[in-house]
Amino acid sequence: MGHLNANPVLDAAEDKTMILNMGPQHPSTHGVLRLLLEIDGETIVRMMPDIGFLHTGIEKTCEAKFYQQIVPLTDRIDYLCPMVNNLCYVMAVEKLLGLEIPPRAQWMRVMLAELQRISSHLVWLGTHAMDIGAMSVFLYCFREREDLLRIYEMVSGQRMMTSYFRIGGLALDPPLGFFEKVKKFLDRFPEKVDEYENLLTGNRIFIDRLKDVAKITGEDALAIGLTGPSLRASGVDFDIRRDMPYCGYENFKFKVPVRQDGDVWARYVCRVEELRQSREIAKQALEGMPSGPTKADAPKIVLPDREKMKTQMEALIYHFKIVTEGFAVPAGEVYHAIESPRGEMGYYIVSDGTAKPLRVHMRSPSYANLQALPQMCEGRLIADVVAAIGSIDIVLGEIDR
Amino acid sequence: MPLAPAITDIEQLKDRPFVADLLSWRADAVESVRFDRNELTIYIARESIREACSRLKAQGLTDFMSDLTCADFYPREPRFELAYHLLSMKRKERVRLKVRLSGDEPSVESIISVWPSVNFFEREIFDLFGIRFLGHPYLRRIMMPEDWEGHPLRKDYPVEGYR
Repeated sequence: MGHLNANPVLDAAEDKTMILNMGPQHPSTHGVLRLLLEIDGETIVRMMPDIGFLHTGIEKTCEAKFYQQIVPLTDRIDYLCPMVNNLCYVMAVEKLLGLEIPPRAQWMRVMLAELQRISSHLVWLGTHAMDIGAMSVFLYCFREREDLLRIYEMVSGQRMMTSYFRIGGLALDPPLGFFEKVKKFLDRFPEKVDEYENLLTGNRIFIDRLKDVAKITGEDALAIGLTGPSLRASGVDFDIRRDMPYCGYENFKFKVPVRQDGDVWARYVCRVEELRQSREIAKQALEGMPSGPTKADAPKIVLPDREKMKTQMEALIYHFKIVTEGFAVPAGEVYHAIESPRGEMGYYIVSDGTAKPLRVHMRSPSYANLQALPQMCEGRLIADVVAAIGSIDIVLGEIDR
Repeated sequence: MPLAPAITDIEQLKDRPFVADLLSWRADAVESVRFDRNELTIYIARESIREACSRLKAQGLTDFMSDLTCADFYPREPRFELAYHLLSMKRKERVRLKVRLSGDEPSVESIISVWPSVNFFEREIFDLFGIRFLGHPYLRRIMMPEDWEGHPLRKDYPVEGYR
């Protein structure tokens, strides 16, 4: 961030080109992204992203908190899929602790993570289509997203900043009527996806704006650090859920959509197909939901139930100790990566054996994906930048942290 | 699942492909190895990190650079530890290369020529930890404003700012 006036590096060469400043308040930059464009007429000669406008120092804040107090901070990194962030963080800490999670909690995590993927992709689809000029899709997508937000509210009490996954399991067992509501949503959802596709997939204007735009080859995409659906749209068949399974994903059957073209259209097709596949995974998780506890048997780490706290002395003591002094985590370091809706999300945690982490680093997919933007856009028109930004699906909260 | 003790004996780990390859390449570049919580860490000599990354890439052992970050162990010396997280999509395996840096004008060779994706990551570490990456073409602050003083993620930088 900074150098708001003259930019020493991006300086118009001779008189043929000019520098255009896009953002940070431009509506189609999906947040506070600033792009410096060197343009020749309407063609982009060079592009430079400028970030940091949303930097809140979450990584520094984490170092001053107990492990369990960091969970709500992780919600605020990628606010379109908070539970996926929770999942990555709590799994990293569980790996540090060597904690085993009961199957019901794992299944619930998978189900909710996939619902989050759906709601995150719905925001992407709505805003991406709106950037291109198809306003009504946005309203359709937010209609279904509203249903999902109510599901999250039901289970965690919050629509967005859920903090529902905790170290050692879940915050609470889901309330009565929760699974019926999820089932109702999942049964209805495929026809809704058909509805979006009816609006967009055959639409001449939409196709013309997306096909062969902002291309990137698989090799370039790997070199520049692209992950997730954007990488799979360039022909690289890699999905952490399938290839390096975590949280019990090896028990679920699903297809990983891959396209070869590497353009905006391929990324669109991949994500829409992921909507359907995520629904499949969530449905399998719902149908095979095991019974049993939702918290690990680790009284020194997991907060006791309210009921136990009022009747058992030990539970009250543990509760007091966890809240006031946290729990010590054996020294060591882990890097745990999961497949977020945007790509590889990784948490690197270093513990020095105390109740507060020495270092928490988030490898956020958007941060690396943004680096691919100049490569996609250089040599193309300004209007294509808007399509390209939408197609890599960045979240600025996650980029700046 | 109780934690298994970490393995730090190089003899026990020398059969692992990453370790074996780096040892056969240049045994003096490998400072130590550690296998803990199912994750392999290899400490590399500071001067050899770019060549080590380039070697692993050329041998086809890694095909993706996941993440690059740093941790500050102040007041211990050497103070900084850089962690390079590399991934092999083909073999579905991760490895962590680490480099120790002293607190006195810390610098290390940039690996941007091997993995262009570290561009932002190296800039972030430069910004927040003050480590120089030699050979990086555009090493400027990325998160903090240009005129910011200090490096916020260092341990001697207070959480709530200077008062």
